[in-house]
Amino acid sequence: MSKIQDFTSILPPAWCPGCGNFGILNALKKALVELKIEPHQTLFVSDIGQAGKLPHYTRGNVFNSLHGRAIPSAIGAKIGNRMLHVIVSIGDGGAYGEGLNHLVHAMRRNHDITCLVHDNQVYGLTKGQASPTTDIGGVTKTTPYGAPPPINPLLLALAVDAGFVARGFSDDTTHLKDLIKAGVQYHGFSLIDILQPCVSFNHKNTHEWYGQRVYHLDGSVYQPSDKNAAFIKAQEWGDKIPIGILYRHERPIYEENLPVLDADEDLTTIVRSGKIDELITEFV
Amino acid sequence: MTNTINFMVGGEAGQGVQTIGYLLTKSLARYGYQVFSDQDYESRVRGGHNFFRVRASQSPVNAINENIDILIAFNLETIALHRHEVVTAGIIIYDSELIQNLQGSNLLNIPAERLVLEATGGKQTANTVLLAAALAICGYEFASFANLLEEFFGKESAEKNIKAADSAYKYVEARSIKKSQYRLKPIGNTNRMILNGNEAMALGAIAAGCKFMAAYPMTPVTPIMEYMAAKSKEFNMVVVPAEDEIAAINMVVGAGYAGIRAMTATSGGGFCLMVEGLGLAGMTETPIVVIEGQRPGPTIGLPTRQEQSDLQFVLHASHGEFPRMVLAPSTVEECFWSVEKAFNLADKYQLPVIVMTDHHLATSYNTVERFDLTRTNIDRGSINTSNMGEYQRHLFTENGISPRAFPGKSTALVVTDSDEHDENGHLTEDPAIRTRMTNKRLGKMALAQEDIQSPKLYGPEQPDMILVGWGSTFGAIREAVDILNNRGKKIAHLHFHEIWPFPKDTVKEILADCPEVFVVESNATGQLAQLIRQETCIQVNSNILRYDGRPMIPSDVIMALHEEVK
Repeated sequence: MSKIQDFTSILPPAWCPGCGNFGILNALKKALVELKIEPHQTLFVSDIGQAGKLPHYTRGNVFNSLHGRAIPSAIGAKIGNRMLHVIVSIGDGGAYGEGLNHLVHAMRRNHDITCLVHDNQVYGLTKGQASPTTDIGGVTKTTPYGAPPPINPLLLALAVDAGFVARGFSDDTTHLKDLIKAGVQYHGFSLIDILQPCVSFNHKNTHEWYGQRVYHLDGSVYQPSDKNAAFIKAQEWGDKIPIGILYRHERPIYEENLPVLDADEDLTTIVRSGKIDELITEFV
Repeated sequence: MTNTINFMVGGEAGQGVQTIGYLLTKSLARYGYQVFSDQDYESRVRGGHNFFRVRASQSPVNAINENIDILIAFNLETIALHRHEVVTAGIIIYDSELIQNLQGSNLLNIPAERLVLEATGGKQTANTVLLAAALAICGYEFASFANLLEEFFGKESAEKNIKAADSAYKYVEARSIKKSQYRLKPIGNTNRMILNGNEAMALGAIAAGCKFMAAYPMTPVTPIMEYMAAKSKEFNMVVVPAEDEIAAINMVVGAGYAGIRAMTATSGGGFCLMVEGLGLAGMTETPIVVIEGQRPGPTIGLPTRQEQSDLQFVLHASHGEFPRMVLAPSTVEECFWSVEKAFNLADKYQLPVIVMTDHHLATSYNTVERFDLTRTNIDRGSINTSNMGEYQRHLFTENGISPRAFPGKSTALVVTDSDEHDENGHLTEDPAIRTRMTNKRLGKMALAQEDIQSPKLYGPEQPDMILVGWGSTFGAIREAVDILNNRGKKIAHLHFHEIWPFPKDTVKEILADCPEVFVVESNATGQLAQLIRQETCIQVNSNILRYDGRPMIPSDVIMALHEEVK
């Protein structure tokens, strides 16, 4: 059984003091321990930017990919070894800008990976430019006259019938831990959009700003199986912001449509097949 | 050469040019002929002008000839465009009820639509009648052709085709139509494979144990992913039709990291999108194989045509400096072996290996002796077996190669990063580590050099001239050299089958003493010539270049040397 210490890295995080990433890291570690997952059973695939550094501050297998490309790298690795718990750590720039195409198709095909989007509504590592989720009118270094309307990732996910659509808040680590646990356990693609203050470059969407607005979707009243209700909740933004699982339903994962993966074969071991000779005969 | 016979099948897209051309190719191979067939088609699904050239010989043949002995024309345009290529004793087979008012010699009217309507009650198999007529006048046995039709179409669908073929044979017989001077008869080995470069590459990947392929369709290499997808169940392969080429290569890198053999295939335009992912494989020392099928660029260029203009691009693709290997198979047979080898090289040196092909090589059919599978070999390179201490994915070793571990297969944690990283795979900005890691990665090239096959010199000793080529121009250059040497010239042929790391010592030695060196390439800027100059300081005397989108043929080379094409 794993302990928090097993997921503790010797490397000191290079994040700003007060960064929302600390909450995400703590919630992730706790979730994995509670799920009794060992570090070697996990694969963290990260994008770049501050979110991309997260895997270095815990322990597990790590593939730190290109900007926007963490999701395709994760897909390839998951197919390569289906026993791995594959968790993507990516920012709003990588998931909703540079790599949006990959996110959309990963949700559509339903690859069995968990995608944590560190959504701070700004580009942090490049120091304060507008991101795809910057609130409308947001003044940044690249939008001196105000940002255009943001993308709504949850609506987008619902539109492509993602099976697990959730939103968390980095300051509410217990709630976030439970979301991550549910996402990792979910059989299919789980999108968890995590509201996260950027203390250095986002002076609007602060700890206090989010803290005053977020509320938990109560399971007894709200039914995450109701897709129409989820569409309505996904559009709630402003004075009140819902966090929790907006939508969850089971559907076949990508791999289930591939006969090869039924065989449960270890694809890393190459077994010479006599059937190649038959292929050759087909050309004679 | 008197022992070769050249066919052409021509018509619109959608008229079955490809099917008839393929059937003709296969019929000839079944008689034991060595066959080379190329395809010329427009970027459209219906209409236009397409043709399929089939050249059969009693000895190995790797190039096309522009002369036509028998032209099978499905439309008037085919005759109008190619009549001048038909030799004096040649024959043009056509249906005069479709193509009317033709004048002149060499014409053989076969009322295909009428015959097939009488025989089958429909017109669908009219083109089979024209092909059957061509085979009949060359003495090809009906039963052999009927067998092939049944095999190709399946018992049920073949019925109409066999009836159509039978009507053609009977028509030719009943009218005592003059037989062609070319007599086809079963000769020698009838057990050769007939396949194109794409099929050979896909087979090479399967033989190498490739388990993951992700790609986006792009001419000319789309059939590689289609073939592998069709065989994915039998061979436990996963073929992902990715949303774009960027996704494709990044999936492949992810799969390679997880420890499975992974590949993608694309054309120059798709490769443009992949280059950052190529660098990712280089930086994270992940083995991947990329097939790059060239076609004329830039941009969309000529989508269904021939060029070899991506060499310098492939050698330099992606920013920063990292090791890579580049192979350039020259024949259909080599397509198989190059891809099979590429997987071993990728695993051994933990880097991206690019196998270059092009439209001509990818789509041309060639007879090949059955691949000797006992020659295949799987070398996964250095694998970590130690359980001592923390595993270091990028451990500094004497030869620069760090033993691999596969994530999740042991308790070893496999950490790697697109950022510069330390031996543990964690990101670092330490200047000393940066320098050492760069040296480690690039240092693998010196080792990899040993596994690169030097170009082979063919022809007379102390030649007056050496013609240098790479990749798919092999057949055209070789045939031109043979023709000219038979006329008393002293010309040698130096051909690159593997290009990077560049075999500079051998090349320098061979080229240094030759009075004249010409490089023959299907591009406008002489990219191999540039590479030779860069690597050996040897400036070649001249380039023979073709870049009109059509494949290099022997007469291009012969004419460029101001010799007569006979």
